[in-house]
Amino acid sequence: MIARDDALNPPSFTLRQKLWQVHWLFILLLIATAGVGFAMLYSAAGGSIDPWASRQMVRFGVGMAVLIAVALIDIRLWLKYAYVFYMATLALLVGVEFVGIEGKGAQRWLDLGYFGLQPSELMKIALVLALARHFHGTSIDDVRRVRYLLVPFLLVAAPAALVLRQPDLGTALMLIITGAAIFFAAGVRLWKFVLVGGAALAAMPVAWQFLRDYQKQRVLTFLNPENDPLGAGYHIIQSKIAFGSGGVVGKGFMQGTQSHLNFLPEMQTDFIFTMLAEEFGLAGSLALLGLYVIILIYGVAISLRCRTQFGRLVGVGITATFFLYVFINMAMVMGLVPVVGVPLPLISYGGTAMMTLLFGFGLLMGAWVHRDVVVGRRGLSEDL
Amino acid sequence: MQGDQERQKLFARRTAMLVGGKLVLISMLAGRMYYLQVVKGEQYKMLADENRISLRLLAPPRGRIVDRFGVPIADNKQNYRVMLVSEDTRGLGVDGALDLLNEIVPMTPGERRRVRKEIRRNRSFVPVTLRENLDWEDVARIEVNAPDLPGVMIDEGQSRYYPYGSHLAHVLGYVSAVNEQEKTGDRLLELPGFRTGKSGIEKVHDLSLRGSGGSSEVEVNAYGRVIRELNRREGLPGAEIRLTVDLGLQMSVSERIAQEKSASAVVMDVHSGDILAMVSHPSYDPNGFNRGLGVDEWNALVSDPLAPLSNKVTAGRYSPGSTFKMLVALTALERGVISPRAKIFCEGYVELGDGKFHCWRKEGHGMMDCADAIAQSCDVYFYEIARRVGIDRIAEMARRFGLGEPTGIDLPGEKGGLVPDKAWKRRARGASWHQGETLVAGIGQGYLLTTPLQMLVMTARLVNGGLAVTPQLTKSVSTTGVHAPSPSLEFPTIGIAPRHLAVVRDAMAKAVDSAHGTAHASAIADPALAMGGKTGTVQVRRITRAEREAGVKKNSELPWKERDHALFVGYAPVYQPQYAVAVVVEHGGSGSKVAAPIARDILLTAQTRGSGRDEPLALPTTADVGTIAGGDRPTAADEVAALVNERLRDEGADQ
Repeated sequence: MIARDDALNPPSFTLRQKLWQVHWLFILLLIATAGVGFAMLYSAAGGSIDPWASRQMVRFGVGMAVLIAVALIDIRLWLKYAYVFYMATLALLVGVEFVGIEGKGAQRWLDLGYFGLQPSELMKIALVLALARHFHGTSIDDVRRVRYLLVPFLLVAAPAALVLRQPDLGTALMLIITGAAIFFAAGVRLWKFVLVGGAALAAMPVAWQFLRDYQKQRVLTFLNPENDPLGAGYHIIQSKIAFGSGGVVGKGFMQGTQSHLNFLPEMQTDFIFTMLAEEFGLAGSLALLGLYVIILIYGVAISLRCRTQFGRLVGVGITATFFLYVFINMAMVMGLVPVVGVPLPLISYGGTAMMTLLFGFGLLMGAWVHRDVVVGRRGLSEDL
Repeated sequence: MQGDQERQKLFARRTAMLVGGKLVLISMLAGRMYYLQVVKGEQYKMLADENRISLRLLAPPRGRIVDRFGVPIADNKQNYRVMLVSEDTRGLGVDGALDLLNEIVPMTPGERRRVRKEIRRNRSFVPVTLRENLDWEDVARIEVNAPDLPGVMIDEGQSRYYPYGSHLAHVLGYVSAVNEQEKTGDRLLELPGFRTGKSGIEKVHDLSLRGSGGSSEVEVNAYGRVIRELNRREGLPGAEIRLTVDLGLQMSVSERIAQEKSASAVVMDVHSGDILAMVSHPSYDPNGFNRGLGVDEWNALVSDPLAPLSNKVTAGRYSPGSTFKMLVALTALERGVISPRAKIFCEGYVELGDGKFHCWRKEGHGMMDCADAIAQSCDVYFYEIARRVGIDRIAEMARRFGLGEPTGIDLPGEKGGLVPDKAWKRRARGASWHQGETLVAGIGQGYLLTTPLQMLVMTARLVNGGLAVTPQLTKSVSTTGVHAPSPSLEFPTIGIAPRHLAVVRDAMAKAVDSAHGTAHASAIADPALAMGGKTGTVQVRRITRAEREAGVKKNSELPWKERDHALFVGYAPVYQPQYAVAVVVEHGGSGSKVAAPIARDILLTAQTRGSGRDEPLALPTTADVGTIAGGDRPTAADEVAALVNERLRDEGADQ
C-alpha cells in the first residue's frame, strides 16, 4: 500500500499494485448503468438482443478495456502529452472540414475504414487534458491575471468554433461549458464569468445569424412545438406524451405503446430515456437519475481526493462532460431544451459517445489510481 | 507547497459550488419528471391512447330484399376491390402508382379522372377505390406485386347483387356511391365503397336497409398500420325487406312483355293491394350502377328514346282510352241518367254542333245497352251518356277510383296523371269547357292522363266490391330475418252501389266471354280461371277529316311513333275476382290484339302459381309427376282449381 503522505518521491507502482488501486465499486456502477441500457435496447428491438443490445455489449466491453488501460497509464504521461494530444485532435477537427463524411446534415465523421471517427468527441477529452495541464502549471496568482487566461481561452475557442462550423451546436456548447467548469474550478475570478456570460447573451442575436436553418428550426420548435405538430415539433410532442404516459410506475417492460408503435422517434438513441420513462414510470426515471448522481458524486469525490491540480481538474472536466451528457439529453427529451442530438451516457445506442465517456472515466480512474503521485509542472521528467 | 494548498482549498470551494449547481439542475430534471409523469400523467396517458387507438367504422351488411315467398332478389356478395392510399404512394405519386397498376388492371382515362377527383376530395390517408369486383386472378397478381405497388391495397367487402338483373330493376331500383348532397354527417356515408339506394325499393327503404355501423377499436402504430384489435362493437345489419312481388310471376311477366318494343304491365291482388308483378320494358341492369357505369353506358341509357330508366308503370302517362268507359258508365248509372237495360242506338257517329264524333266501328253497333257497350266498346253510347252526365261528375267518379293523383305506392317518382274538369280547364288553360270535350273524355281521350298503376287500381276497385284498395310493394320489414304475417288491411268503401258495380264487372266479363266482345280472342278456356277485362286503343295523334275521308290508315302502315297505344285492364277469376292486371304496350296497335293476350297470359300464370297467397303453392315438378306412372293423379291445373275453390269457400264462410 502506498502511504498517503509519501509525497516526495513515490515509487513507480507495479501493474498489479495499480490494478488493486482501481476503484472497482465505481466500475460496478458503470456496468449497472450500461446494464440498464442493454435492457432498454432489448426492449427497443421488440424483445431481441439483436440488432442493438448485442452490439452495444461488445462496445461496452471494448470500452471497459480502454477505461482500465487508460487508468493504468501513468498520469504524468497524460500530462506530458496533453498538448500533443490536443493539437493532434485539433488537426483532425480541421481535417474533418475537408474529408469529413456527411452525417445528419453535418460534417462530423472521418472514415477510417473499420469505423468512423468523430474528432469532435475526441476533442471533449483532449480539451479537458489540455486545460488541466495549463492550469496545473499556473499558480493561484497567475490564474487571476487575464494574461494567463488567453491561452486556455484559445484552447476552448478554437475547437468550439470548428465544431460549430460543422455545424454541431450541442458539442460546441459542451466544449464551452466543460471549459468553463475547468476555468471555474481552477479559480478564475467569478466576475469574469459574469462578463463573458453577459457578452455571450449580448452576442446571441448575432450568433442566430450563423445558425443553419435546421438549427434555427430546432430552436423555434423547442420554443413552441405545437406550432408544427406533424413536422419538426412531432418528435418532442411524441416524446413528452410517451414520457408523461408512463405515470408513476410505467407501462411495464416492453409494454411502452409510444415506443413500440413507432410514435417515439430515435427510441434506441437520443430518446431512449423517454422509452425508459414510459416503461418504468417516475420510479424508473428517478432511479436512473439517482444512478447518475452517484456516479457524479464519485467523480467529484475522486477529484477532491487528488493531490495534484492536474488530476483534480481532469476529474472536474470529465464529471462536467458526463453531467452535460446526462442533463442535455434528459432535458431535451422532456422538452426543457431544444433537440440537439446528445445521447444518454452509457445507455443510448452508439459507440462514439460511449468510447468518449469510458475514455474519460479511464482518465478519472487514472487520477484516482495516481491520486498521491506528485506531478511536476510539465509532467514526468522535470520535477523528478 | 503553500500555493498548492491554497489552490486545493479554492478548488474544493469551487467544486462544491459546481456540484451545488449541478444538483440544482438535477432537481430541475426530477421536478420535470414529476410534472410530466404525475401532474400531467393522466393527460399524457390519454394522448398516448389517442395516438395508438383508432376507431374504425364497420360497414353493416345491407339488408336483403326477398320476394313474397322469401326468395332473395337483392343480395350481397363477396367483393374484392383494389384501393389506393395516396399518402402511401411515396415517391411514385398517385399517377406513378396508377401507371404501374395499369399493367395489371387497365383503367380508362375516364376512370383515372374519377380516381384523381376522389383523391383530391378526400384526405391523403383515406383509401380511394380504384376498381371493384376484381376476379381472383387480378387479386392474386396485385398481391404478388404488392411490394412494388406502394399505397395499393386489396380490400374485401360486400357488394350489392341483383341475381335477376333487369327483370326487377324498376321495382328494386339500384344502389350506387354516395352523393355529396346525401352526406348528412353520418360517418357511415364517408366509408369508401358505401352505397345508398338511388331508386326503387332501395331508395324508399334505404335507411332500414342500411342498418347501423359497428366500430372496431384497433391499435395502430405511427404509420397507421393496424397492430391488433382491442375492442369490437358489431353494428346492426340492415333490415330485410319482404316485397309483395311473386318472383315467378314477375319473371314470367317480364319475359312475356319483352316480346314488345316498349311496354309495361302490373299485377295486383285486388283485396290486399299487394303488387305481385310490376314490369316496365325495356329495362336496365341495376348491377351496372353498383359497379359504376361508364360515361358511354350512362349516355346510352339516358338518351334511349324508349326510356329504360323510367318505370312506365308509375311514371308513364297515357290516355286511358276505352278502359275509362267503365267509370263513365258507373257515373251515368249512379247519377240515374241511364238504367242498365236502357239502350242507345249507334249509327257509327254522333253530331254535336257542327262536329262529328266517330265510333271506332264506322258502320255502327246498332242498339247497345250498358253491358254491350262496354263489351263491344261502343264509342257512341259513351258519347251520349257522357254528354248527359257532364264532365264534372265523371271527374268526381274518376277520382274516387284513384285517378288524377298518385296512388301512394311505395316507390319514388310516381306521377299523378290528370283528371280534367271545368274548374281545371279554367285554371290551367284559362278557357271554358266545351261539350265536345266531355264527349271525348267519355271515351277516355282528350286531357285525361293515367298511369298503368292508376288503371290497375281503378280495375281493382271495380271488381273488389268498391273498396278503396291502394297498391303496396312492401309486405314486411324485419330486422331478425323472421317476417311476421302482414295484417290484413281494411280498406274503406268508395260508396258505389253494388248492383252498379256488378253491371260493370259483368260487362267486363262479357268483353272476354261474349263472341262480340273486344277481347274474346283472349278468353281463358278454363271457366274456373276465366278473366274479364276491357281493351283500350289510344290514338297518339289526331286523325284529320281529310285522312278519315281518304280512309284511315292501318296502324301497321304508320311509323312506330305514330301508332296507337294498346291497353288492357283485366281481372280474374270472373266469379270471385282476386287478380287485376293492367297492360300498356306503347305504340303496340290494337288493345284487343296486342294487350289483351298479354293480360290473358299474365292472369293465367298468376292463378296457376297462386301468386297472391302468403305461402307458395307446392306445385308438383315434372319429376314428381313422372314417378306416378299413368296414375289418376290430378293434373297441376286441376290441383290449382281445387285450391282456388277451397280458398273461395273459405272466403265465402268468412262473409
